[in-house]
Amino acid sequence: MSEDLLATFTDLLTSDFGVPADEVSADATFEALGLDSLDIVELTLALEDRTGVKLGDEDLEQVRTVQDAIDKVKERQA
Amino acid sequence: MTDRPAMSRRPDDVVITGMGAITPAGRGVVATWGGVLSGVTTAAHDERLAAAGAPVAISCRAPAFDADAELGRGATRRLDRFTHLALLAMREATAQAGLVAEDPDALHGVDADRVGVVIGSGIGGGETWESEYARLTAEGPARVSPLFVPRMLSNTAAGTIAIRTGARGPNLTVNTACAAGASAIHVARDLVRSGTADVVIAGGAEAGITTIAMSAFAQMGALSSNPDPRSASRPFDVDRDGFVMGEGAGIVIIESRAHAEARGAEPLLTIAGCGASADAFHATAPPEDGGGAALAMERAIRDAGIDASLIGHHNAHGTSTPLNDIAETRALRSVFGAHLSDVVVTSTKGVTGHLLGAAGAVEAILAGCALREGLVPPTANLTQQDPAIELDVAHGEPRRVALGAVISASMGFGGQNAALVLTMG
Repeated sequence: MSEDLLATFTDLLTSDFGVPADEVSADATFEALGLDSLDIVELTLALEDRTGVKLGDEDLEQVRTVQDAIDKVKERQA
Repeated sequence: MTDRPAMSRRPDDVVITGMGAITPAGRGVVATWGGVLSGVTTAAHDERLAAAGAPVAISCRAPAFDADAELGRGATRRLDRFTHLALLAMREATAQAGLVAEDPDALHGVDADRVGVVIGSGIGGGETWESEYARLTAEGPARVSPLFVPRMLSNTAAGTIAIRTGARGPNLTVNTACAAGASAIHVARDLVRSGTADVVIAGGAEAGITTIAMSAFAQMGALSSNPDPRSASRPFDVDRDGFVMGEGAGIVIIESRAHAEARGAEPLLTIAGCGASADAFHATAPPEDGGGAALAMERAIRDAGIDASLIGHHNAHGTSTPLNDIAETRALRSVFGAHLSDVVVTSTKGVTGHLLGAAGAVEAILAGCALREGLVPPTANLTQQDPAIELDVAHGEPRRVALGAVISASMGFGGQNAALVLTMG
Protein backbone atom coordinates (compact mmCIF):
# COMPACT_ATOMS: atom_id res chain seq x y z
CA MET A 1 0.00 0.00 0.00
CA SER A 2 2.78 2.46 0.95
CA GLU A 3 4.57 1.78 -2.29
CA ASP A 4 1.37 2.28 -4.26
CA LEU A 5 0.74 5.57 -2.51
CA LEU A 6 4.29 6.71 -3.09
CA ALA A 7 3.80 5.94 -6.77
CA THR A 8 0.54 7.91 -6.73
CA PHE A 9 2.21 10.91 -5.10
CA THR A 10 5.14 10.71 -7.47
CA ASP A 11 2.80 10.64 -10.41
CA LEU A 12 0.74 13.59 -9.15
CA LEU A 13 3.78 15.66 -8.28
CA THR A 14 5.40 15.08 -11.65
CA SER A 15 2.30 15.41 -13.83
CA ASP A 16 0.42 18.21 -12.05
CA PHE A 17 3.21 20.08 -10.31
CA GLY A 18 6.14 19.65 -12.67
CA VAL A 19 8.41 18.17 -10.01
CA PRO A 20 11.15 15.99 -11.57
CA ALA A 21 10.47 12.33 -10.68
CA ASP A 22 13.96 11.81 -9.29
CA GLU A 23 13.36 14.50 -6.65
CA VAL A 24 10.35 12.74 -5.19
CA SER A 25 11.01 10.40 -2.28
CA ALA A 26 9.17 9.49 0.90
CA ASP A 27 11.51 11.70 2.91
CA ALA A 28 11.26 14.74 0.66
CA THR A 29 9.50 17.73 2.20
CA PHE A 30 6.88 19.45 0.10
CA GLU A 31 8.74 22.68 0.73
CA ALA A 32 11.88 21.24 -0.84
CA LEU A 33 9.81 20.11 -3.81
CA GLY A 34 8.70 23.72 -4.32
CA LEU A 35 5.14 23.41 -3.02
CA ASP A 36 3.67 26.02 -0.69
CA SER A 37 0.53 25.74 1.45
CA LEU A 38 -1.77 26.61 -1.45
CA ASP A 39 -0.11 23.99 -3.63
CA ILE A 40 -0.63 21.37 -0.95
CA VAL A 41 -4.37 22.11 -0.93
CA GLU A 42 -4.33 21.70 -4.72
CA LEU A 43 -2.48 18.43 -4.25
CA THR A 44 -5.16 17.13 -1.92
CA LEU A 45 -7.82 17.88 -4.56
CA ALA A 46 -5.86 15.87 -7.11
CA LEU A 47 -5.31 13.14 -4.54
CA GLU A 48 -9.03 12.93 -3.90
CA ASP A 49 -9.60 12.38 -7.62
CA ARG A 50 -7.17 9.45 -7.61
CA THR A 51 -7.86 7.77 -4.29
CA GLY A 52 -11.23 9.03 -3.12
CA VAL A 53 -9.55 10.12 0.12
CA LYS A 54 -9.96 13.71 1.18
CA LEU A 55 -7.45 15.13 3.62
CA GLY A 56 -8.78 17.93 5.80
CA ASP A 57 -7.10 21.04 7.16
CA GLU A 58 -6.32 19.26 10.43
CA ASP A 59 -4.45 16.55 8.50
CA LEU A 60 -2.48 19.06 6.47
CA GLU A 61 -1.27 20.96 9.51
CA GLN A 62 0.98 18.03 10.39
CA VAL A 63 2.16 17.18 6.90
CA ARG A 64 5.70 18.14 6.00
CA THR A 65 7.02 15.22 3.96
CA VAL A 66 5.56 12.93 1.34
CA GLN A 67 5.65 10.11 3.91
CA ASP A 68 3.59 12.25 6.33
CA ALA A 69 0.96 12.61 3.62
CA ILE A 70 1.05 8.90 2.82
CA ASP A 71 0.50 8.14 6.52
CA LYS A 72 -2.49 10.49 6.67
CA VAL A 73 -4.06 8.84 3.63
CA LYS A 74 -3.57 5.42 5.20
CA GLU A 75 -5.18 6.63 8.43
CA ARG A 76 -8.18 7.84 6.46
CA GLN A 77 -8.39 4.62 4.49
CA ALA A 78 -8.19 2.48 7.64
CA MET B 1 5.43 66.14 -45.56
CA THR B 2 6.88 68.87 -43.39
CA ASP B 3 9.97 69.00 -41.25
CA ARG B 4 9.04 69.27 -37.63
CA PRO B 5 11.26 70.86 -35.02
CA ALA B 6 12.97 68.75 -32.40
CA MET B 7 11.65 69.18 -28.88
CA SER B 8 13.85 70.68 -26.20
CA ARG B 9 15.23 68.09 -23.80
CA ARG B 10 15.23 68.61 -20.03
CA PRO B 11 16.64 66.48 -17.23
CA ASP B 12 13.21 66.17 -15.62
CA ASP B 13 11.56 64.86 -18.77
CA VAL B 14 9.96 61.49 -18.19
CA VAL B 15 11.28 59.07 -20.75
CA ILE B 16 10.88 55.47 -21.87
CA THR B 17 14.06 53.40 -21.79
CA GLY B 18 12.70 49.94 -22.52
CA MET B 19 9.70 48.43 -24.29
CA GLY B 20 8.29 44.93 -24.40
CA ALA B 21 5.26 43.39 -26.06
CA ILE B 22 3.59 40.13 -26.81
CA THR B 23 0.65 40.55 -29.13
CA PRO B 24 -1.20 38.63 -31.82
CA ALA B 25 1.10 40.40 -34.30
CA GLY B 26 4.20 38.89 -32.74
CA ARG B 27 6.40 38.03 -29.81
CA GLY B 28 8.38 41.14 -28.95
CA VAL B 29 8.20 44.77 -30.03
CA VAL B 30 10.14 44.23 -33.27
CA ALA B 31 7.92 41.34 -34.36
CA THR B 32 4.76 43.19 -33.36
CA TRP B 33 5.87 46.30 -35.23
CA GLY B 34 6.72 44.21 -38.29
CA GLY B 35 3.36 42.48 -38.16
CA VAL B 36 1.52 45.76 -37.86
CA LEU B 37 3.49 47.27 -40.75
CA SER B 38 2.48 44.30 -42.93
CA GLY B 39 -1.14 45.36 -42.60
CA VAL B 40 -2.22 41.71 -42.53
CA THR B 41 -4.84 40.88 -39.92
CA THR B 42 -4.09 38.22 -37.33
CA ALA B 43 -7.77 37.40 -36.80
CA ALA B 44 -8.41 33.70 -37.28
CA HIS B 45 -10.96 31.00 -36.62
CA ASP B 46 -10.69 30.02 -32.95
CA GLU B 47 -11.10 26.28 -32.37
CA ARG B 48 -11.35 26.58 -28.60
CA LEU B 49 -14.18 29.09 -28.79
CA ALA B 50 -15.96 27.04 -31.44
CA ALA B 51 -15.67 23.89 -29.33
CA ALA B 52 -17.08 25.76 -26.33
CA GLY B 53 -20.06 26.95 -28.33
CA ALA B 54 -19.17 30.66 -28.25
CA PRO B 55 -21.42 32.78 -30.48
CA VAL B 56 -18.34 34.23 -32.21
CA ALA B 57 -15.40 31.92 -32.84
CA ILE B 58 -12.95 34.44 -34.31
CA SER B 59 -10.13 35.92 -32.28
CA CYS B 60 -6.60 37.28 -32.38
CA ARG B 61 -4.43 35.05 -30.17
CA ALA B 62 -0.89 35.81 -29.05
CA PRO B 63 1.85 33.44 -30.26
CA ALA B 64 1.97 30.20 -28.26
CA PHE B 65 4.47 29.84 -25.42
CA ASP B 66 5.27 27.29 -22.73
CA ALA B 67 4.75 29.17 -19.47
CA ASP B 68 6.48 26.56 -17.29
CA ALA B 69 9.51 26.41 -19.58
CA GLU B 70 9.85 30.18 -19.86
CA LEU B 71 8.59 31.41 -16.51
CA GLY B 72 9.52 28.56 -14.23
CA ARG B 73 7.96 25.42 -12.82
CA GLY B 74 4.39 25.97 -11.68
CA ALA B 75 3.81 29.13 -13.72
CA THR B 76 1.02 27.52 -15.71
CA ARG B 77 -0.78 26.25 -12.64
CA ARG B 78 -0.21 29.21 -10.33
CA LEU B 79 -0.65 32.19 -12.66
CA ASP B 80 -3.38 33.22 -15.05
CA ARG B 81 -2.51 33.76 -18.68
CA PHE B 82 -2.74 37.57 -18.39
CA THR B 83 0.08 37.45 -15.82
CA HIS B 84 2.16 35.22 -18.12
CA LEU B 85 1.75 37.79 -20.88
CA ALA B 86 2.71 40.63 -18.51
CA LEU B 87 5.85 38.80 -17.36
CA LEU B 88 6.99 38.03 -20.89
CA ALA B 89 6.57 41.66 -21.98
CA MET B 90 8.18 42.87 -18.74
CA ARG B 91 11.31 40.80 -19.35
CA GLU B 92 11.78 42.26 -22.81
CA ALA B 93 11.34 45.80 -21.49
CA THR B 94 13.67 45.46 -18.49
CA ALA B 95 16.30 43.79 -20.68
CA GLN B 96 16.22 46.61 -23.21
CA ALA B 97 16.41 49.17 -20.41
CA GLY B 98 19.49 47.46 -19.00
CA LEU B 99 17.76 46.70 -15.70
CA VAL B 100 18.65 43.01 -15.48
CA ALA B 101 21.82 40.93 -15.57
CA GLU B 102 22.00 37.10 -15.66
CA ASP B 103 18.65 36.57 -13.92
CA PRO B 104 15.93 37.55 -16.40
CA ASP B 105 13.73 38.96 -13.63
CA ALA B 106 15.80 40.41 -10.77
CA LEU B 107 16.46 44.14 -11.05
CA HIS B 108 20.09 45.11 -11.39
CA GLY B 109 21.85 48.45 -11.13
CA VAL B 110 18.94 50.41 -9.62
CA ASP B 111 17.53 50.89 -6.13
CA ALA B 112 14.74 48.30 -6.29
CA ASP B 113 12.98 49.97 -3.36
CA ARG B 114 12.42 52.97 -5.65
CA VAL B 115 11.09 50.96 -8.60
CA GLY B 116 7.32 51.01 -8.97
CA VAL B 117 4.98 48.84 -10.98
CA VAL B 118 1.69 50.01 -12.54
CA ILE B 119 -0.15 47.50 -14.72
CA GLY B 120 -3.54 47.98 -16.30
CA SER B 121 -5.98 45.16 -16.96
CA GLY B 122 -9.63 45.32 -17.82
CA ILE B 123 -10.60 41.78 -16.86
CA GLY B 124 -7.71 40.24 -14.92
CA GLY B 125 -7.80 36.48 -14.67
CA GLY B 126 -10.81 35.79 -16.87
CA GLU B 127 -9.80 32.26 -17.81
CA THR B 128 -9.43 31.43 -14.12
CA TRP B 129 -12.90 32.77 -13.32
CA GLU B 130 -14.40 30.69 -16.08
CA SER B 131 -12.65 27.41 -15.31
CA GLU B 132 -13.10 27.57 -11.53
CA TYR B 133 -16.73 28.62 -11.79
CA ALA B 134 -17.28 25.58 -14.00
CA ARG B 135 -15.66 23.44 -11.28
CA LEU B 136 -17.83 25.01 -8.59
CA THR B 137 -21.05 24.30 -10.47
CA ALA B 138 -20.04 20.81 -11.59
CA GLU B 139 -18.24 19.52 -8.51
CA GLY B 140 -19.12 21.81 -5.61
CA PRO B 141 -17.29 24.29 -3.39
CA ALA B 142 -14.87 21.75 -1.91
CA ARG B 143 -13.32 21.35 -5.35
CA VAL B 144 -12.54 25.02 -6.00
CA SER B 145 -8.81 25.68 -6.20
CA PRO B 146 -7.25 27.78 -3.44
CA LEU B 147 -5.20 29.34 -6.21
CA PHE B 148 -8.35 30.84 -7.72
CA VAL B 149 -7.93 34.10 -5.83
CA PRO B 150 -4.26 34.84 -6.53
CA ARG B 151 -4.66 33.73 -10.15
CA MET B 152 -7.80 35.76 -10.83
CA LEU B 153 -7.19 39.07 -9.03
CA SER B 154 -6.42 41.76 -11.56
CA ASN B 155 -3.57 43.04 -9.38
CA THR B 156 -1.71 39.74 -9.74
CA ALA B 157 0.26 40.89 -12.78
CA ALA B 158 1.69 43.91 -10.93
CA GLY B 159 2.17 41.92 -7.75
CA THR B 160 3.94 39.08 -9.54
CA ILE B 161 6.23 41.50 -11.35
CA ALA B 162 7.28 42.83 -7.94
CA ILE B 163 7.78 39.33 -6.54
CA ARG B 164 9.93 38.41 -9.53
CA THR B 165 11.93 41.63 -9.87
CA GLY B 166 12.19 42.71 -6.24
CA ALA B 167 10.65 46.10 -7.07
CA ARG B 168 9.38 47.46 -3.74
CA GLY B 169 8.17 50.88 -4.90
CA PRO B 170 4.47 51.76 -5.29
CA ASN B 171 2.65 48.82 -6.84
CA LEU B 172 -0.67 49.57 -8.47
CA THR B 173 -3.27 48.13 -10.76
CA VAL B 174 -5.27 50.51 -12.89
CA ASN B 175 -8.54 49.55 -14.46
CA THR B 176 -10.10 51.91 -16.95
CA ALA B 177 -11.28 48.97 -19.09
CA CYS B 178 -10.00 49.40 -22.64
CA ALA B 179 -7.96 52.46 -21.66
CA ALA B 180 -6.17 50.69 -18.79
CA GLY B 181 -2.80 50.27 -20.51
CA ALA B 182 -2.63 53.97 -21.34
CA SER B 183 -3.93 55.01 -17.92
CA ALA B 184 -1.22 52.88 -16.28
CA ILE B 185 1.47 54.74 -18.25
CA HIS B 186 -0.11 58.05 -17.17
CA VAL B 187 -0.07 57.06 -13.50
CA ALA B 188 3.48 55.77 -13.82
CA ARG B 189 4.60 59.01 -15.43
CA ASP B 190 3.12 60.92 -12.50
CA LEU B 191 4.92 58.68 -9.98
CA VAL B 192 8.22 59.52 -11.66
CA ARG B 193 7.42 63.20 -12.14
CA SER B 194 6.46 63.58 -8.47
CA GLY B 195 9.65 61.89 -7.32
CA THR B 196 7.71 59.04 -5.71
CA ALA B 197 9.61 56.46 -7.74
CA ASP B 198 12.87 56.50 -9.72
CA VAL B 199 11.72 53.93 -12.25
CA VAL B 200 8.29 52.46 -13.00
CA ILE B 201 7.50 49.28 -14.90
CA ALA B 202 4.20 50.17 -16.55
CA GLY B 203 1.75 48.92 -19.12
CA GLY B 204 -1.18 46.63 -19.65
CA ALA B 205 -1.96 42.93 -19.90
CA GLU B 206 -5.09 41.08 -20.95
CA ALA B 207 -6.13 37.52 -21.74
CA GLY B 208 -9.87 37.80 -22.07
CA ILE B 209 -10.67 35.42 -24.90
CA THR B 210 -13.10 33.39 -22.82
CA THR B 211 -16.46 31.93 -23.73
CA ILE B 212 -18.33 34.11 -21.26
CA ALA B 213 -16.62 37.31 -22.39
CA MET B 214 -17.18 36.49 -26.05
CA SER B 215 -20.83 35.70 -25.30
CA ALA B 216 -21.38 38.95 -23.45
CA PHE B 217 -19.58 41.18 -25.95
CA ALA B 218 -21.55 39.47 -28.72
CA GLN B 219 -24.81 40.08 -26.85
CA MET B 220 -23.89 43.75 -26.65
CA GLY B 221 -23.36 43.86 -30.39
CA ALA B 222 -19.76 44.96 -29.84
CA LEU B 223 -18.11 42.01 -31.61
CA SER B 224 -17.89 41.68 -35.35
CA SER B 225 -20.26 39.02 -36.65
CA ASN B 226 -18.43 38.87 -39.97
CA PRO B 227 -17.93 35.13 -40.62
CA ASP B 228 -14.66 35.75 -42.49
CA PRO B 229 -11.83 36.37 -40.01
CA ARG B 230 -9.68 37.94 -42.70
CA SER B 231 -11.97 40.94 -43.01
CA ALA B 232 -13.64 41.03 -39.58
CA SER B 233 -11.51 43.74 -37.93
CA ARG B 234 -11.78 46.74 -40.27
CA PRO B 235 -11.53 50.07 -38.45
CA PHE B 236 -12.93 53.10 -40.27
CA ASP B 237 -14.29 50.95 -43.11
CA VAL B 238 -17.87 51.48 -44.21
CA ASP B 239 -18.54 47.75 -43.63
CA ARG B 240 -17.13 47.56 -40.09
CA ASP B 241 -19.50 45.85 -37.68
CA GLY B 242 -17.61 45.37 -34.43
CA PHE B 243 -14.26 44.46 -32.92
CA VAL B 244 -12.34 41.21 -32.86
CA MET B 245 -11.15 40.07 -29.44
CA GLY B 246 -7.40 39.97 -28.97
CA GLU B 247 -4.99 39.35 -26.09
CA GLY B 248 -1.50 40.41 -25.17
CA ALA B 249 0.64 42.74 -23.11
CA GLY B 250 2.72 45.85 -23.56
CA ILE B 251 5.17 47.08 -20.92
CA VAL B 252 7.44 50.12 -20.83
CA ILE B 253 10.17 51.25 -18.47
CA ILE B 254 9.65 54.83 -17.33
CA GLU B 255 12.15 57.10 -15.57
CA SER B 256 13.42 60.67 -15.68
CA ARG B 257 15.93 61.61 -18.33
CA ALA B 258 18.42 62.47 -15.60
CA HIS B 259 18.00 59.04 -13.98
CA ALA B 260 18.33 57.28 -17.32
CA GLU B 261 21.44 59.20 -18.28
CA ALA B 262 23.05 58.70 -14.88
CA ARG B 263 22.89 54.94 -15.35
CA GLY B 264 23.78 55.03 -19.03
CA ALA B 265 20.35 54.06 -20.38
CA GLU B 266 19.19 55.44 -23.70
CA PRO B 267 15.94 57.42 -23.71
CA LEU B 268 13.93 55.94 -26.58
CA LEU B 269 10.91 58.21 -26.29
CA THR B 270 9.69 61.06 -24.12
CA ILE B 271 6.27 60.87 -22.52
CA ALA B 272 5.56 64.50 -23.30
CA GLY B 273 1.96 64.64 -22.15
CA CYS B 274 -0.78 62.59 -20.55
CA GLY B 275 -4.48 63.30 -20.42
CA ALA B 276 -7.42 61.61 -18.75
CA SER B 277 -11.15 62.25 -18.69
CA ALA B 278 -14.57 60.71 -18.21
CA ASP B 279 -17.50 60.89 -20.59
CA ALA B 280 -19.96 61.04 -17.68
CA PHE B 281 -22.44 59.75 -20.20
CA HIS B 282 -23.16 55.99 -20.59
CA ALA B 283 -21.94 52.59 -19.43
CA THR B 284 -20.72 51.46 -22.83
CA ALA B 285 -21.46 54.01 -25.56
CA PRO B 286 -19.36 57.10 -26.20
CA PRO B 287 -21.21 60.40 -26.65
CA GLU B 288 -21.77 61.05 -30.35
CA ASP B 289 -19.38 63.98 -30.38
CA GLY B 290 -16.60 62.01 -28.68
CA GLY B 291 -16.41 64.85 -26.21
CA GLY B 292 -14.79 62.86 -23.42
CA ALA B 293 -12.08 61.49 -25.68
CA ALA B 294 -11.48 64.99 -27.02
CA LEU B 295 -10.99 66.29 -23.48
CA ALA B 296 -8.39 63.61 -22.77
CA MET B 297 -6.50 64.41 -25.97
CA GLU B 298 -6.64 68.18 -25.37
CA ARG B 299 -5.35 67.69 -21.84
CA ALA B 300 -2.49 65.50 -23.05
CA ILE B 301 -1.48 68.07 -25.66
CA ARG B 302 -1.69 70.91 -23.14
CA ASP B 303 0.30 68.84 -20.65
CA ALA B 304 2.97 68.34 -23.32
CA GLY B 305 3.17 72.10 -23.77
CA ILE B 306 3.20 71.80 -27.54
CA ASP B 307 1.01 73.11 -30.29
CA ALA B 308 -1.40 70.53 -31.70
CA SER B 309 0.01 71.26 -35.15
CA LEU B 310 3.25 69.49 -34.14
CA ILE B 311 1.41 66.17 -33.91
CA GLY B 312 1.56 64.32 -37.20
CA HIS B 313 0.22 60.91 -36.27
CA HIS B 314 -2.67 59.56 -34.22
CA ASN B 315 -2.72 55.89 -33.21
CA ALA B 316 -6.46 55.56 -32.89
CA HIS B 317 -8.52 53.62 -30.43
CA GLY B 318 -10.23 52.62 -33.71
CA THR B 319 -11.98 49.50 -32.49
CA SER B 320 -13.90 48.86 -35.71
CA THR B 321 -17.25 49.30 -33.96
CA PRO B 322 -19.66 51.62 -35.76
CA LEU B 323 -20.03 53.93 -32.73
CA ASN B 324 -16.40 54.19 -31.63
CA ASP B 325 -14.88 55.08 -34.94
CA ILE B 326 -17.37 57.90 -35.61
CA ALA B 327 -17.10 59.34 -32.10
CA GLU B 328 -13.30 59.25 -32.30
CA THR B 329 -13.41 61.03 -35.66
CA ARG B 330 -15.51 63.81 -34.14
CA ALA B 331 -13.19 64.03 -31.16
CA LEU B 332 -10.19 64.44 -33.47
CA ARG B 333 -12.02 67.10 -35.46
CA SER B 334 -12.64 69.04 -32.29
CA VAL B 335 -9.05 68.67 -31.02
CA PHE B 336 -7.14 69.37 -34.22
CA GLY B 337 -9.54 71.58 -36.20
CA ALA B 338 -7.94 72.68 -39.44
CA HIS B 339 -4.72 70.79 -38.59
CA LEU B 340 -6.53 67.46 -38.77
CA SER B 341 -5.64 67.09 -42.45
CA ASP B 342 -1.95 66.96 -41.39
CA VAL B 343 -2.53 64.10 -38.94
CA VAL B 344 -2.01 60.63 -40.40
CA VAL B 345 -4.31 58.28 -38.52
CA THR B 346 -4.08 54.53 -38.18
CA SER B 347 -5.78 51.84 -36.15
CA THR B 348 -3.47 48.93 -35.50
CA LYS B 349 -6.49 46.94 -34.27
CA GLY B 350 -7.12 45.90 -37.86
CA VAL B 351 -4.04 43.71 -37.44
CA THR B 352 -4.06 42.92 -33.72
CA GLY B 353 -7.73 42.90 -32.80
CA HIS B 354 -8.72 44.63 -29.57
CA LEU B 355 -6.37 43.91 -26.67
CA LEU B 356 -8.75 45.58 -24.18
CA GLY B 357 -6.73 46.56 -21.10
CA ALA B 358 -3.44 45.96 -22.91
CA ALA B 359 -4.42 47.99 -25.99
CA GLY B 360 -3.41 51.42 -24.70
CA ALA B 361 0.08 50.29 -23.74
CA VAL B 362 0.70 48.30 -26.93
CA GLU B 363 -0.59 51.18 -29.04
CA ALA B 364 1.59 53.72 -27.20
CA ILE B 365 4.56 51.49 -28.05
CA LEU B 366 3.46 51.28 -31.68
CA ALA B 367 2.92 55.05 -31.86
CA GLY B 368 6.45 55.37 -30.47
CA CYS B 369 7.79 53.04 -33.16
CA ALA B 370 6.03 55.13 -35.80
CA LEU B 371 7.62 58.28 -34.41
CA ARG B 372 11.10 56.78 -34.24
CA GLU B 373 10.94 55.38 -37.75
CA GLY B 374 8.84 58.08 -39.42
CA LEU B 375 6.50 55.37 -40.65
CA VAL B 376 2.77 55.03 -40.04
CA PRO B 377 1.41 51.46 -40.31
CA PRO B 378 -1.58 50.85 -42.56
CA THR B 379 -5.03 50.11 -41.15
CA ALA B 380 -5.80 46.54 -42.18
CA ASN B 381 -8.92 45.84 -44.20
CA LEU B 382 -9.66 49.47 -44.96
CA THR B 383 -11.01 48.98 -48.47
CA GLN B 384 -13.77 51.57 -48.50
CA GLN B 385 -13.47 54.30 -45.91
CA ASP B 386 -16.72 55.34 -44.25
CA PRO B 387 -17.54 58.72 -45.85
CA ALA B 388 -18.52 60.00 -42.38
CA ILE B 389 -14.94 59.38 -41.23
CA GLU B 390 -13.17 62.38 -42.65
CA LEU B 391 -9.67 61.40 -41.58
CA ASP B 392 -6.44 60.76 -43.45
CA VAL B 393 -6.20 57.08 -42.59
CA ALA B 394 -3.07 55.19 -43.68
CA HIS B 395 -4.06 52.06 -45.57
CA GLY B 396 -2.65 49.62 -48.08
CA GLU B 397 0.99 50.12 -47.11
CA PRO B 398 2.98 52.00 -44.49
CA ARG B 399 3.10 55.77 -44.97
CA ARG B 400 6.41 57.59 -44.59
CA VAL B 401 5.88 60.82 -42.63
CA ALA B 402 8.33 63.11 -40.82
CA LEU B 403 6.98 63.18 -37.29
CA GLY B 404 7.77 65.50 -34.38
CA ALA B 405 5.15 64.19 -31.98
CA VAL B 406 2.49 61.49 -31.95
CA ILE B 407 -0.66 60.87 -29.92
CA SER B 408 -2.43 57.68 -28.93
CA ALA B 409 -5.93 57.68 -27.47
CA SER B 410 -7.87 54.98 -25.66
CA MET B 411 -11.51 54.92 -24.63
CA GLY B 412 -12.74 52.48 -22.02
CA PHE B 413 -16.23 51.27 -21.22
CA GLY B 414 -17.62 53.30 -18.39
CA GLY B 415 -16.57 56.36 -20.38
CA GLN B 416 -12.97 56.39 -19.16
CA ASN B 417 -10.55 58.00 -21.59
CA ALA B 418 -6.78 58.31 -21.74
CA ALA B 419 -4.40 59.96 -24.18
CA LEU B 420 -0.62 60.00 -24.39
CA VAL B 421 1.59 62.37 -26.40
CA LEU B 422 5.06 61.07 -27.22
CA THR B 423 8.08 62.87 -28.60
CA MET B 424 11.54 61.57 -29.39
CA GLY B 425 13.79 60.49 -26.54
